[in-house]
Amino acid sequence: MRLSLDELPYRTPATVTEILWDSLSESDAKKLRNFGFDEGVAIEALHGAPFGRDPIAVRIGRMQIALRRAQARAIAVTPGSAAQA
Amino acid sequence: MTTIPLIALVGNPNAGKSALFNALTGARQKVGNYPGVTVERHAGRMSLPDGRPIELVDLPGTYGLEPTSPDEQVTRDVLFGTQEGERFPDAMIVVVDATNLDNHLRFVLQLRELGRPMVVALNMVDMATRDGLTIDEAVLSRELGVPVVPTVAVRKRGLDALKDVLADLSTAAATPDTSVDRDIRHYQREARRIAAAATVEQPQGRAFTRAIDRIVLHPVAGPIILFALLFIMFQAVFAWSETPIGWIEGAQAWLAERAVATLPESFLRDLLVEGIIAGVGSVVVFLPQILILFFFILLLEASGYMVRAAFLMDRMMSGVGLSGRSFIPLLSSFACAIPGIMATRSVEDPRERLTTILIAPLMTCSARLPVYAVIIGAFIPARDVGGGVGLQGLVLLGLYVTGILGAMLVALVLRRSVAKGGKAGFTIEMPRYQLPLPRDLVIGLWQRAYVFLRRAGTIIMGVTVALWLLASFPQAPEGVKQSEYSVAGRIASGLEVVLAPIGFNHEMSLAVIPAMAAREVAVSALQTVYAIDAGDDEEAGAAALGQQLSSRWSLPTALAFLMWFVFAPQCLSTIAVVRRETNGWKWPLFMLGYLFALAYLAAGATFWIATAIGL
Repeated sequence: MRLSLDELPYRTPATVTEILWDSLSESDAKKLRNFGFDEGVAIEALHGAPFGRDPIAVRIGRMQIALRRAQARAIAVTPGSAAQA
Repeated sequence: MTTIPLIALVGNPNAGKSALFNALTGARQKVGNYPGVTVERHAGRMSLPDGRPIELVDLPGTYGLEPTSPDEQVTRDVLFGTQEGERFPDAMIVVVDATNLDNHLRFVLQLRELGRPMVVALNMVDMATRDGLTIDEAVLSRELGVPVVPTVAVRKRGLDALKDVLADLSTAAATPDTSVDRDIRHYQREARRIAAAATVEQPQGRAFTRAIDRIVLHPVAGPIILFALLFIMFQAVFAWSETPIGWIEGAQAWLAERAVATLPESFLRDLLVEGIIAGVGSVVVFLPQILILFFFILLLEASGYMVRAAFLMDRMMSGVGLSGRSFIPLLSSFACAIPGIMATRSVEDPRERLTTILIAPLMTCSARLPVYAVIIGAFIPARDVGGGVGLQGLVLLGLYVTGILGAMLVALVLRRSVAKGGKAGFTIEMPRYQLPLPRDLVIGLWQRAYVFLRRAGTIIMGVTVALWLLASFPQAPEGVKQSEYSVAGRIASGLEVVLAPIGFNHEMSLAVIPAMAAREVAVSALQTVYAIDAGDDEEAGAAALGQQLSSRWSLPTALAFLMWFVFAPQCLSTIAVVRRETNGWKWPLFMLGYLFALAYLAAGATFWIATAIGL
């Protein structure tokens, strides 16, 4: 099953399958790379912020970060941690 | 001096770099600035086991060598030997968080390409153990090809081993290799491979942080907790400071008494008692409140909660065209707008950053506390409105809220006019929660106290003395008030024409001029004026400023004065920082203009409404 990170239910371990780098602004792409976003990395949506559940808090690898849903839409994920690199 | 080896402390944000820096150098540190940029330079001295001294420089935390902000640019330039005002470091200590090797090793691999002597401080190994991670340092060291020393900076563990390795590091000069900038994903994959090889066991971990986040990031409980924390913070500013303020007032009264008793009646004694002791004393008395405020801000930052607050606030901030990132500099501006405006460097979007700089002065800085405290103390009864909530604290909170609402409104207008631009994004690392170290808090508070007292001893004393002289001469004839007849009085009379419609009296007009140099001076100016007017009547002159005010000002006038200080343009140092951060006079002048206009209107409206409803 393929979802965008934006659609991933909270606290469901998943794996990044694809990142649409071209749909992100250059600075957003640079930041996500800095945080270790890459195909095959374990990911989990943890919390949504109050007033509209945007931004979301996400565990990526062993790190916790926050990003807005607009950016999360560029990240495709598959629930399950089988592909953990 | 220049022969002392320079070692750079490098690492990702949240790797515990500053804690390691504090642990290695203790109090022997100097905070300065890199020339031409507003990035702070933290350097300190340490000595190796064999006694050799070392200069350690703590570089701004960064994720890699492709800078996204001025801070990160400095780190990159220092490591490539091209930063003005910094020597080329002889070696590096790279700090990594043992619980986040996947990410932090990538930077180590990138730095390794520089070909400089380096040692990896595998920090927070205690946290890794608590998470159930077992890291094989030997494997890690072999894979990386550099020495690895496990440390726990906050407990000063592993420091001796680290120093031993530093002593052994070859300091042979190498030319910087500038060919590092390859696709960082290459390093990322290599980092994950090494992290997996060196980590024996890897359960999910971070249970503690996850548990707390489930509560404080809860969509309903989260904002309630945030506002409760802010509320406690502002109540504490008043409640906890009472006793130490009493001590300072006691010391001040004793000093004045001694001066009057020992010195002969003279011009110099008047200057000392009415000008310096009364003036500077009335400002220093607020040191406890300022330190309490900074204590909370340092605590929120060091514990990791500040980023959560930014997360909770992002949606609201985006409503006025900002992001949660602006929340951190804005909250720091409650302590002082200068570090707040400097902290806007972490806001990447230039238009969002400009907006944040322009509204930062609307966050009530601690220098305004003395003014608020004195007026509130004089006019608002210290009543309990129920549940242990004081009316005075409530009014204070109201003033802060007014500033915030004003800032939101201004941001909304700016983002649709002069700072128009696309929606700002919000991506930020949420570090694990940590118990802040008393040592780090003390060092932080000491630095603030030092800056405040230096201000009190220089700018504030200078302005107070100048004002005392202007307010004392020429000597008024019998029956005429000194504060009307003197040079300062005549200037104030001119200004009063403009300020009278918004309810300002003569002394207030006099106080707002020197308050431009530093907010706190408004208090000492009032104190000085009343001390001079009291003349030979020592008893009346020594009466607490609060009593003087409540007997002379009406309530609408006092409220208008408070409102003026919510919006009035900030001190000269803030304007200077805005000029430096925006590279020119355009924006500081714009800021001055809009703040004066707002202050005048808000104070006026307050006065007219308060008068109309018969307060």
